[in-house]
Amino acid sequence: MEIACRTENDTTIVKITGRMDAITAPSFEKALNERIAEGETQFVMEMSGLEYISSAGLRGILATAKALKGKGGWIRFAAVGGAVKEVFDISGFGSIFRMYDSVSGALAEPA
Amino acid sequence: MENETDTLRCAADVGNLAEVTGFVEAHAERCALDTGKGIGLLIAVEEAFVNVCHYAYPGGTGDVELACGCDRGGFVVTMMDWGIPFDILSLPEPDTGADLMGRKIGGLGVHFIRTLTDEVSYRRDEGRNVLRMVLQRTDDGTA
Repeated sequence: MEIACRTENDTTIVKITGRMDAITAPSFEKALNERIAEGETQFVMEMSGLEYISSAGLRGILATAKALKGKGGWIRFAAVGGAVKEVFDISGFGSIFRMYDSVSGALAEPA
Repeated sequence: MENETDTLRCAADVGNLAEVTGFVEAHAERCALDTGKGIGLLIAVEEAFVNVCHYAYPGGTGDVELACGCDRGGFVVTMMDWGIPFDILSLPEPDTGADLMGRKIGGLGVHFIRTLTDEVSYRRDEGRNVLRMVLQRTDDGTA
């Protein structure tokens, strides 16, 4: 799994590629926690390159989102597709989080 | 590739996850498993394997063995361990309708095992936990 961050409109865009499983999920949580510790509170996950996600990945996302909510921040998801979309749907994550077709769509929506 | 079964035995250690999913993935490909179903199967296998790693051998270590088989009925993965008796299927379903702050962390693993396989069963057999997961074949010949 690779994580690449960039900033646009005071929002951190996190591009995730590869597989988020029990081995790699902790590095996702760590990367986001570091950003949150630096004071960043608005995140868009760019998911088009993510091929696989298990409950370990969802656990990391949920923990991060809860921490952000406590700080008045938010996390949105863009371009979730394929098997990852199916996992979001069956876990209920597709309705917990705001989902967008593209990063630009996620950035355009007011908080 | 019909009625052939192959096995992998390794330590029940999360560090072996790539070896375990790689083993299942290779057999799923040989069984001409549909890609979408194949990823679902790998997720179910990961959840079951990680569960064994965390809970089967409290305070100690042990092995896990996987068997993959393919026949006209579908693709079958059996996961065995010699740990304490534990039926993962006895765990409650998560509340998938809860909102963000109400949502509990955990419980999704067994939910994925149930929903991403066509058939799943547990039995305790001669000191072993045996979890059997099946992906059935579809009419077009793919599983």
